[in-house]
Amino acid sequence: MGFDQYHEPPEELSAESRTFARLCASLTEEAEAIGWYAQRLDVEGDADAQGEEFKHFAMDLEFLLRRSPRWRQICEGVLFQEGDIVAHGEAAEAGSAEASADVEESGAADGSLGIGSLKGGER
Amino acid sequence: MNHLLRQLAPISEVGWELLDDEARERLQPSLAARRLVDFSGPHGWQYSSTNLGRIEAVDSPAADGVSAAQRRVLPLVELRAEFSVARAELADSDRGALDTDLARLDTAAQRIAIAENVAVFHGWAKAGIAGIAEASPVEAQPLGTSAEDYPRSVARAVESLRAVGVEGPYGLALGPDEHTQVIETAEHGGYPLFDHLAKILGGGPIVWAPGVKGAVVLSLRGGDFLFESGQDLAIGYSHHDAETVHLYLEESFSFRVATPEAAAPLSS
Repeated sequence: MGFDQYHEPPEELSAESRTFARLCASLTEEAEAIGWYAQRLDVEGDADAQGEEFKHFAMDLEFLLRRSPRWRQICEGVLFQEGDIVAHGEAAEAGSAEASADVEESGAADGSLGIGSLKGGER
Repeated sequence: MNHLLRQLAPISEVGWELLDDEARERLQPSLAARRLVDFSGPHGWQYSSTNLGRIEAVDSPAADGVSAAQRRVLPLVELRAEFSVARAELADSDRGALDTDLARLDTAAQRIAIAENVAVFHGWAKAGIAGIAEASPVEAQPLGTSAEDYPRSVARAVESLRAVGVEGPYGLALGPDEHTQVIETAEHGGYPLFDHLAKILGGGPIVWAPGVKGAVVLSLRGGDFLFESGQDLAIGYSHHDAETVHLYLEESFSFRVATPEAAAPLSS
């Protein structure tokens, strides 16, 4: 049992930062699992479980992107785009830096409270 | 700076954090609809209508031999709940006070959450929104006079959805009075009513829904009830004087029911 996802004293971190760190760790684990299954498929040919990891990775990523507008903006400029990946990355980074200059210090990028969907939360 | 004009307000970063945190804390428990329906967006303040994918004929085409049709859209509605905060209270918060009086923000948050819930569950005719309960072809059955009647009526509602091929999981939106009764009640043998209802729903959520009259059982399978957010809930700045800062909570959204038979209303 450890708290390796924290690199600062957890008690000094906000609840939001702790949740963010947990999900970043989870995202890493899902990516690792996808890699493990890819290797296993080479020798076993069992394709069933890898789909679950794809789904979990996507869900973790979406959770994080909802809480990080700039990360989301850069992903929108890179993911699912045809053409040069590096060029898209540079353009998305530049665009997000420009946009973030206008963003207020608190709240989401649009100044909202960032509440969004609550479906799937605890009852 | 966007349309909320937050940077024009005489409010420090600490003050904005306090206001945003308080609003979030007050809104989240009350936004029942967002726990049960599909949410799309936020698409931004300039987003003004939802595509319905339908057309209607236009009577007078511009030229002979040309027919015409016009796209039908559902315009987004804007909700705004105004409130004020004493500047002295914000100044005390900057000094480290922990008991800032934000009662008017709390009231505004409750009001706008209720307005959202009412629009989604009971509709808003003037805004072109049909609510889940009123759109359902299922005639509202009584929830029951006492909480002990609830399991039977909720089970019947779930069965009525299954009978028309609407799969679960299912959720239950309960008006505040009915929700209180559920929480307080243990059935014969001491089994909590809340847990019994959750089993009937297949583990789906039982949601406290201020603004809802009676209750609504609905499928959570997705694709049936569509909330489209333009500007998600945000605090904006209106004006200020020497004593008070005038602010508002605001959002824009549309709501539509794609599958009316995916919900069964229960009357109180």
